[in-house]
Amino acid sequence: MVSSQPIPATRARSRMQRFFASEFFHNYKRNLSAVLGSLIVLGFLVMVTIGPLIVSQNPYDVSQLDLMAAFKPPAWLAGGSSEYWLGTDGQGRDVLASIVYGSRISLIIGLVAMGGACLLGTTLGLIAGFYGGRLDAVIMRIADIQLSFPSVLTALFLMSAFGTGLDKVLIALISVGWVVYARTVRGSTLRETQKEYVQAARVSGLPNRKIILRHVLPNVLTPLIVVATIQVGTFVLIEASLSFLGVGVPVTQPSLGLLIKNGFDVLFSGLWWVSIFPGLFIMLLVFGINLLGDFLRDELNPRLK
Amino acid sequence: MSNNEQHSKPLLRVQELRTWFYTFGGLVKAVDGVSFDLAPGEIMGLVGESGGGKSMIGFSIMGLIDPPGRIEGGRIEFNGKNIAGLSEDEMRVIRGKEIAMIFQDPMTALNPLYTIGNQIEETLALHTALSARERRAKAIEMLHKVGIPQPEQRLSHYPHQFSGGMRQRVVIAIAMIAKPRLLIADEPTTALDVTIQAQLLRLMRQQVVENGTSMILITHDLAAVSQMADTIVVLYCGRIVEKGPAEDIIARPRHPYTRGLIDSIPHETAENDGPKQRLSQIPGNVPDIRKLPPGCAFAPRCSRASERCRMQDPVLMEHNAIAMGSGKLRPHAVACHHPLAVSP
Repeated sequence: MVSSQPIPATRARSRMQRFFASEFFHNYKRNLSAVLGSLIVLGFLVMVTIGPLIVSQNPYDVSQLDLMAAFKPPAWLAGGSSEYWLGTDGQGRDVLASIVYGSRISLIIGLVAMGGACLLGTTLGLIAGFYGGRLDAVIMRIADIQLSFPSVLTALFLMSAFGTGLDKVLIALISVGWVVYARTVRGSTLRETQKEYVQAARVSGLPNRKIILRHVLPNVLTPLIVVATIQVGTFVLIEASLSFLGVGVPVTQPSLGLLIKNGFDVLFSGLWWVSIFPGLFIMLLVFGINLLGDFLRDELNPRLK
Repeated sequence: MSNNEQHSKPLLRVQELRTWFYTFGGLVKAVDGVSFDLAPGEIMGLVGESGGGKSMIGFSIMGLIDPPGRIEGGRIEFNGKNIAGLSEDEMRVIRGKEIAMIFQDPMTALNPLYTIGNQIEETLALHTALSARERRAKAIEMLHKVGIPQPEQRLSHYPHQFSGGMRQRVVIAIAMIAKPRLLIADEPTTALDVTIQAQLLRLMRQQVVENGTSMILITHDLAAVSQMADTIVVLYCGRIVEKGPAEDIIARPRHPYTRGLIDSIPHETAENDGPKQRLSQIPGNVPDIRKLPPGCAFAPRCSRASERCRMQDPVLMEHNAIAMGSGKLRPHAVACHHPLAVSP
């Protein structure tokens, strides 16, 4: 809690300056894993935005592929070439280039699905928590049923019902992911609506829709930041599993998971690099996201302060 | 306050109001046949112990009874029009503009994420067509009126930058800014330090008098009410046990429950050096409102209770209202089979 002393008139400071002077930033600087996590995530973001301009080939432009260069080992092994740092796969695709393009698909899926799940789950959670009654019961029972299935199984089921494709993957992930938001938001909404400022807003004649958007929503957002961050990592993993199982993204838009699958057939023939490197990158990405999420959870949870 | 208004039409007339809650534990008759009139500009104290249904009367008037509660019967006439059972849209026009409400806890009564200027102006934006500049000017004026120093700067501050008393001043400013005709204050000073309770009561009274606003002061603090109110209504278990002019009720309570409440006020006696007296209290607890005994609900705690009290429900009756000359707003009524004698 900030001191309730009357504070002197705030000097004009930019948002940026205030951020760098904040306790949040101070704690961040001293937290090694938080810095590491955010650097990893930042690295991935840079890689997927400007990476395609740097790598030597577009692995999905057939004209750029050289079949003669198939299954080249990484550059530091015998037979490797400095042109393909991490080696090539069976079609002569540069593994590093594939990873750059694949990370892009994986991250986009993770972020968009997270956004969709967050929007859907938050809306339902707000409605359930604010209005209560039958609506609440219906929404939360659906959520309970949803939670009783492993998320990969649910997604797998949906994919097999709707077919494969990028949009279908997103739908599957959103249907799996909204529940966390709905539960978190419903809980905080119940707590916030007890508070008198919500009563006061009702008493002042504000319509319910406005009370929810203006007064309740901003006060339940904080815990969502943590959930959302960690969920991007979870979604990247689920998507990888789906693609690995052959019901994920199409081969023309390969994600990191699909890259692992592509190399899996030859994994035990000693051509390990085709699968292992994409796998390592998934691990690194999810690791970075989770480090960041852990820091945010510690920082934004008032009970741990 | 009491001059020249006693013959005008009441601003608020509550008749046989019944607000019941259908809980799993049974039917809770939180408000059970309550009637009172409130004249324009009148301040009425609504007194009783916790769980007596005081707040539910306020919420009923506001139309904010949520399921499992329901207004089961009765009328709430505001300005001649029955507002019990109005639709949510119709009620919204009245809330905040015609009838405002103040709550108990200033710590949670303001949204922590918005500046207080923002929150004061919200009501204005909702109920008036003022421009942003005019709203700001009004907000500053209002903050000034409720005694907040440097209102221009304070507008851009957040609730956590205010002390409890200052926050309650802001809450009062928000309630009064649309110049409502009725202010319902639900335990407005209970959560505050004793030292500033009186200040805020005085402020509220001054605001209400200035605007000619009527006020219902809901509280368990008879001492506060006795300083503020023109009339007092005493509630017990959802029913009115006594009502009448404030001085009359304080000086000559007729109902044993009212007497008990008055005796529980710690008073400063003239002979301060004398032996300290134990504060008197009403024996027993408020009964479970779902399982009220037959007859008078207060009978189990009442020293004067007779067999009749345990059988027959007393009705609210005017007991030869004391002729105090002119200017008395209401006759003194009490629901008791054995009312206390009027001591000279």
